Amino acid sequence: MTGLALLLEQLPALQVVLPLLAAPVCVLLRRPNLVWALSCLTSLGCLGIALTLARQIYPHGVISYAMGGWAPPFGIEYRLDELSVFMLVVVSLAASLVLIGARQSIQREIPADRIHLLYAAVLLMLTGSLGIISTGDAFNLFVFLEIASLSTYALVAMGRQRRALVAAFQYLVLGTIGGTFILIGVGLLYMMTGTLNMQDMAERLPPVLHTTTALAALAFLVIGAALKLALLPLHIWLPNAYTFAPSMISALLAAISTKVAAYVLIRFVYGIYDLRWSGLNLPLNDVLALLAVAAMLFASYVAVRQQEVKRLLAWSSLAQIGYIVLGLSLATSAGLAASTLHILNHAVIKAGLFVAVAAVLFRQGGSTLQLADLAGLSRGMPWTTAAIIAGGLGLIGVPLTAGFVSKWALLQALIESGTWLYVAALLASSLLAVIYVWRIIEACTASTGDRDIQRREAPLGLQLSIWALVAMNLYLGINSSPGMRLATEASGRLLAPTAGVPL
Amino acid sequence: MSFEPASAMLLAVLLPLAGAGLIALCHRWPNLRETVTLVTAAALFANVLTLVGPVLEGIRPDLLLIEILPGLGLRLTLEPLGMLFALVASGLWIVNSVYSIGYMRGNNEQHQTGFYVCFAIALAATQLLAMSGNLLTLLIGYEVLTFSTYPLVTHKRNAEARAGGRTYLGVLLFTSIALLLPAIVAVWYLAGTIEFRDGGVLQGMVTPATATALFALFLFGTGKAALMPFHRWLPAAMVAPTPVSALLHAVAVVKAGVFTVTKVAVYIFGLDFLSVSGAAAPMLWVAVFTLLAASLVALSRDNLKARLAYSTVSQLAYIVLGASLATSMGVAGGAFHLVAHALGKITLFFCAGAIYTAMHKTQVSELDGMGRVMPFTFGAFLVASLSIIGLPPMGGTWSKWLLMSGAADAGLTIVLAVLAISSLLNIVYLLEIPMRGFLRPPAQTGGNGGIREAPLLCVAPLCLTAAGCVVLFFYPQPVLMLLDTWRLQ
Repeated sequence: MTGLALLLEQLPALQVVLPLLAAPVCVLLRRPNLVWALSCLTSLGCLGIALTLARQIYPHGVISYAMGGWAPPFGIEYRLDELSVFMLVVVSLAASLVLIGARQSIQREIPADRIHLLYAAVLLMLTGSLGIISTGDAFNLFVFLEIASLSTYALVAMGRQRRALVAAFQYLVLGTIGGTFILIGVGLLYMMTGTLNMQDMAERLPPVLHTTTALAALAFLVIGAALKLALLPLHIWLPNAYTFAPSMISALLAAISTKVAAYVLIRFVYGIYDLRWSGLNLPLNDVLALLAVAAMLFASYVAVRQQEVKRLLAWSSLAQIGYIVLGLSLATSAGLAASTLHILNHAVIKAGLFVAVAAVLFRQGGSTLQLADLAGLSRGMPWTTAAIIAGGLGLIGVPLTAGFVSKWALLQALIESGTWLYVAALLASSLLAVIYVWRIIEACTASTGDRDIQRREAPLGLQLSIWALVAMNLYLGINSSPGMRLATEASGRLLAPTAGVPL
Repeated sequence: MSFEPASAMLLAVLLPLAGAGLIALCHRWPNLRETVTLVTAAALFANVLTLVGPVLEGIRPDLLLIEILPGLGLRLTLEPLGMLFALVASGLWIVNSVYSIGYMRGNNEQHQTGFYVCFAIALAATQLLAMSGNLLTLLIGYEVLTFSTYPLVTHKRNAEARAGGRTYLGVLLFTSIALLLPAIVAVWYLAGTIEFRDGGVLQGMVTPATATALFALFLFGTGKAALMPFHRWLPAAMVAPTPVSALLHAVAVVKAGVFTVTKVAVYIFGLDFLSVSGAAAPMLWVAVFTLLAASLVALSRDNLKARLAYSTVSQLAYIVLGASLATSMGVAGGAFHLVAHALGKITLFFCAGAIYTAMHKTQVSELDGMGRVMPFTFGAFLVASLSIIGLPPMGGTWSKWLLMSGAADAGLTIVLAVLAISSLLNIVYLLEIPMRGFLRPPAQTGGNGGIREAPLLCVAPLCLTAAGCVVLFFYPQPVLMLLDTWRLQ
């Protein structure tokens, strides 16, 4: 009993340590199926821990865990509030649901002697992502960010085509710039506040907030996070990375990487800095909002013109990132809650779509999927087609899908702030989504003509993964009240006037 | 069958869905599959009938299914107007299913299982919409209806069907996403609730100017009500097989649109607020314009189904007009017209389909002398036309009567004139068809002069609905009782 209590106390550390330990074990095991099973179990374990933590935090508030027993602000603190635990659930849930279906698809796309390395990299990416979310220490955050990023570059490079290497290199260069910017920002902040603990920083920052150094630090942090987030115009790495990565890895990237970057942005802009009472007239929110609107409109427009399905979905992701950033740029509780909710909803929707694409590619072979290749899909793979349609409707934001709930929340936040132009932009972006989604659906239901493509449904594992994600999508579309309550509490804590000391 | 009214409401939504599943399972056995459709339709109608008694007693069954977002529930509430719509849709589904079987088999259509499945889902959406307790539930029913009817519109899967489907989906989704959704969120923000309440929820919450803008957003946003300039989807939907045009694009889908408009006018704005704030006045003229313009376009169409589609656009504007008059008489007239037009227009489409099945004719100008070959079909066409024009002894008389009283109540004499002119236009474009059929000599003399009707499963339903038009004149009490219940509440 005491042993269990002891274990419960260590959970904040355990969920990062678990995948970190599992990664080298993968390298030692080498057997593809064993490695896959271990990765699944690890991510499910992380999900279990995240849910347990969530049940502790929602009634009782923040959990602070001193790593190695060194008390904050001197030691590294793991600090879990509503937002971080929400993100922990999102990341570990998405990772689990995607990994369950990954076995056959990875086996088909990756040479057998490298499969264990791939899973090791996935687990490291999971470690990094969970670490970023749980740590309360700015430098530690940077370290985890690099762990996650480096493993992601390796994952993208494992794609089948040689162009995957170029995509990975492009991602590496821009990602490293982003990471470095964040490091510079953290360094400058350390210089001004003398602490690396983010909570501590937030308390010590207001007196020096007007200094050029502190403002430069903010610029570095925001741009660094925006690069990782692929916010327009810092997005150029993303379409290639998503297109050329192994199919299941695209699903993981879409569900996890950019979402964690969005979390980092929220932490920096609202957790450390709090510009609302600073008296400074910084138009940061307006800039973010404008970039978000540009992303929503431009990326959707580009998505409409794509011929390759994964690339189309990647551009659609860029537009959806615009939704997330637009919500958080409002600096209202409703806006931040809408963003948080959309992080979850979009992760589920987009992961489902990418896994469905992986299933199609599994039967078809090859590594890219043109729209024209989809002809006859509704005959050969009716269930996968149904999943693609469900995911597409989620992207549009049709009622009864998760996408509708986020759109409703975001619309409400926008109307509440009286930003009618952004309302119009959001609606225009949804209409563009109708067009690109309908191009996919029409392609799936098009007749094959004389060509008779032999297709069967994908193996059970992939099906399971697809339908788990689709079921989540529909479930969140029908019952988002718990999620919304959590997101509202999370944003409430971040925006509470006590979080930063008013001047 | 004695259910709690609340469970009967839920059942009304679930029955067609379960039917859809069963139909899909019976894919390999067409006769069993069609039996499932018919049994489901009959069970649904019986179930909806059990709700009439409680509603007439003034009870409003209410059921909160689940909260999608805090404060935003999936909620069913049944009031008399919704009762009327649910009855019309579920009752005509039975007749239409019989007709569908005759038509689909008579024309050897493909993908019949998918056809019946989508039909059942569309009916579930219609019931959800009719019984919706708030705007969110209504929107869900509305969108499910759009998506479930898209495969029906593109049923033929050729280039023409695909183009029609794009227009269909494009206009309906554009209006609902760009106009209707923001209008609903705005009501939620302004009034703090999106529930349907007697007397509306907006009174005292918004300025007259905001109310006017919101009302316009709602009316144009409800693309299914086909107000100009958002009417193009309806003619485009005519590429669908005729049973789809008959039940969905003369009854369920378009009536879902005007029902939405009526419900928003009555339970969100409230008729008093609507007339005091003057919010409805601009839309009244949009409705008047649509009413006349669509009639004129109908005159110029030679394709029979296109002519009927424009006639529908025009007739829907009657109901929107009724709501925009912002008097209870006007709304009652609109609601009565919902029933009368449903019976009349479904008959006309049944006739168009029967003519196509028997003679493969689609143009009005090809129909010379056909009345002698297909006397039942053309007889029914005549009866239904008279009902839509509003001449006794057909049911449509009453809706014209109520609408004109409503216009007089609102002090709008000019609307009386518009309604009179529109009736004249109806006479010209609708009566031309039976006149050609019965009075003109046949174009070619190849036929042997005998009677060649469509299959019995096509002809019987159209005779039945035509008879319904007559019955509605002599026995309008059930509809009027429901409307009285509504007015007294």
